Amino acid sequence: MISQAWREAGLQTLPVMFGYLPLGAAFGILAVEMGIPWYAAMAMSFLIYAGAGQFLAIALLASGAGIIEVAVATLMLNSRHVFYGLSLLKRFQGAGWRKPYLIFALTDETYSLLTSQSGSNAANHSLAFRISLLNQFWWVLGTLLGVAVGSAKLFDSQGIEFALTALFIVLTLEQARRLRQALPFIIALGTGFGALLWLPDQHLLLGAIGSASLLLLVHYHLASKRSHGHAS
Amino acid sequence: MLADPLWLLIATCALATFATRVLPFIALAEQAEHPLVLHLGRYLPPAVMMILVIYALRDFRPLIDWQLNMGETGFPMFLAAGLVTILHLWRRNALLSIMLGTGAYMAMVQLSGTA
Repeated sequence: MISQAWREAGLQTLPVMFGYLPLGAAFGILAVEMGIPWYAAMAMSFLIYAGAGQFLAIALLASGAGIIEVAVATLMLNSRHVFYGLSLLKRFQGAGWRKPYLIFALTDETYSLLTSQSGSNAANHSLAFRISLLNQFWWVLGTLLGVAVGSAKLFDSQGIEFALTALFIVLTLEQARRLRQALPFIIALGTGFGALLWLPDQHLLLGAIGSASLLLLVHYHLASKRSHGHAS
Repeated sequence: MLADPLWLLIATCALATFATRVLPFIALAEQAEHPLVLHLGRYLPPAVMMILVIYALRDFRPLIDWQLNMGETGFPMFLAAGLVTILHLWRRNALLSIMLGTGAYMAMVQLSGTA
């Protein structure tokens, strides 16, 4: 029997499943083709659990990069996660034993789902835990399919990763409906297109999210100065 | 086993990735109620979501060699993204928007590939 709670989490992670299964499989296939043992590829999806980070790791491994190089490259690539934690400090308060895993499993997609909960779900730690766990399950299952089946195609799944793009579009619309303020979207359009124009692909996300955070910091200072001025 | 560079590399990646995720929770553990943290908690998620949309659509190219691009990065991407937006504004059913949008995208890229 699948409980109501798991069913709700499962339904919410369905779009992520459509993205993570093929992407995880692509990672598994590539890892095996690069000569990485299947169990090491699985271990990476269990222990690292970062899409782009894992692709980078096998590329570095194939090029014979040193440990320091690998550490620096991984820190650079994933440093946008620092900003995710910033906006979840309060959300994860009181999560107890679930908290270490919630932090470990904070991918782009999980962050998107967790920050889009409304009503009583917005402070529901067990729902957040189920969503995080299921998302990693899809990723690990995808990797397993990739290392097991290899490049033999089961069905024509070309284009299925669009589910993640569609998920981000839907969640952006939901955020806009909830917030009813243009400011963060204007900032995001500015930094997003700015990064697209001026930054190389591998620094695009970090550059856009980092500068959006900085602009929000400036906005905070301006807003608090203004309200302070009114009060005095 | 631990001396094997492969496992050392995996451990390094795992620790570096976790470090980026856990840093704010350690550095700002006592600051969760600070107005600036609340400000970021309110405005950063919508901004990140918008940036992820731009990032996901960054490869869109309407034309390749002055021909309409009907491949994965061409009009299927644009039309499917538009379909998801319209469907979601109309019905507000997340699964419906995502399923139909993805289905339409898959149909378009697979059919244009075989044509």
